Amino acid sequence: MVPEDRKYSKEHEWILVDGENGRIGITDHAQGALGDVVYVELPEVGKTVTATEVFGDIESVKAVSELFSPVSGEVVEVNSKVVDSPEMVNADPHGDAWLIVVKMSDLSELEGLMSAPQYQAYLDEESEG
Amino acid sequence: MTSPALPKRTPLHALHKEQGARMVDFAGWEMPVTFAGVVAEHLNVRKRAGLFDVSHMGEFLIEGKDAEALLQRLTPNNVSRLADGQAQYSALTTETGCFVDDVLVYRRSEQRYLMVVNAANIQKDFEWIESRAEGDLELTNASDDFALLALQGPRSAEILQPLTDIDLSEIKYYRFAYGEVLGEKAMVSRTGYTGEAGFEVMVAPELAEKTARGLLEKGAAHGLAPIGLAARDTLRLEAKMALYGNDIDDEHTVLEADLGWIVKLNKGDFVGRDALERQKEQGVERKLVGFEMVDRGIARQGYPVFVDSDAVGSVTSGSHAPYLEKSIGLTYLPIAACSDGTEFEIEIRGRRASARVVPTPFYKREK
Repeated sequence: MVPEDRKYSKEHEWILVDGENGRIGITDHAQGALGDVVYVELPEVGKTVTATEVFGDIESVKAVSELFSPVSGEVVEVNSKVVDSPEMVNADPHGDAWLIVVKMSDLSELEGLMSAPQYQAYLDEESEG
Repeated sequence: MTSPALPKRTPLHALHKEQGARMVDFAGWEMPVTFAGVVAEHLNVRKRAGLFDVSHMGEFLIEGKDAEALLQRLTPNNVSRLADGQAQYSALTTETGCFVDDVLVYRRSEQRYLMVVNAANIQKDFEWIESRAEGDLELTNASDDFALLALQGPRSAEILQPLTDIDLSEIKYYRFAYGEVLGEKAMVSRTGYTGEAGFEVMVAPELAEKTARGLLEKGAAHGLAPIGLAARDTLRLEAKMALYGNDIDDEHTVLEADLGWIVKLNKGDFVGRDALERQKEQGVERKLVGFEMVDRGIARQGYPVFVDSDAVGSVTSGSHAPYLEKSIGLTYLPIAACSDGTEFEIEIRGRRASARVVPTPFYKREK
């Protein structure tokens, strides 16, 4: 279950590009590995995020994970529904449970991310490892 | 030091795998941490029933004419108050009144006791007891001779009663009886670690899989499901049951752990009695309290705790509580800060967040 319409990072975030904006979330694989998500901490609108750096936290009952931004830019939208109902991340990680929208400052960063088939291969490799 | 051995497996290992468990290493054992998911499992125990494999826990046989005297000397609770078929929550205490471990003591008959201890402490506890044994005693570390299943939740009795010749209504809280479960010899006790009604079933290891399969099959119609260690931890935390290694250890006394009810100073001498008596007279300076978060966030074990900006310790257990849908935890606070409603701060990954002392247990079942 790796949608073809977006790009992926090694930290299991996806980004769906629309012009200079990128909608960011975590993958189905990531939510499955986390288990029941009970807490999401996201940056405020207007904050700057940097590619490969932490932009927030996501916690399951048992574990804390950091959220890494796949791109650099300014946060222009935050999904407050996910903050109020973190279990959405388990139910619809690629859809309603998107996390933030970033206005990208360097579109070339997208070239360093994986396509859907590449990400699928990356997952297959990880599970064999 | 010996090199770490491969984790041990309980007799239910194959069954866990078959049921889709995610396995983890815990205290030297390969144990199921989740099956359907921690939240679903937790709620299933609160609303219906769950079956736990706790075969990793240790069992010691303490037998002989001096068995009672030994237990009286090593534990703070009063063993002489036990009748045959009765169990007691207690501890092995150090000279300073702290914990070697917390334990259950079962009186099978006048000279035959069973002690159930934490898996991580089996060797330490057995050596502790053995080195202090005097008189007519036979001590056996029988941990590999027992499998232990916990059947917990409001539907436990209706699931178990048709499968056993024991009249469960005759087994009161913290009592146990011998009989048959699914046609095989078993010991059934009304004990548990979830805050729910329930039983623990002790059988020989070779019968464990048959017993567990039978319970799960017959219990399915009542909603019985297998439960992993993750939900065991969140269930016991909601019920404010202490976990050795988290909330109780060899640096906090039984009184500080708010377990004064297992300390019977009038029963005669025991290891740690002087220290506990002195502390009781002087009053404890810190106490284990329950808290819930005021600010957003989950305070987890080890996170630093501050009262009026003074560092006073750390969170001993902390989690999202699946039934209460709150962020809760336990920590030791200076006695002046222990009253309900007192606010203090917890550092969550560099950010100070407010928490508040609340009455415990966080969760209490309706009777």
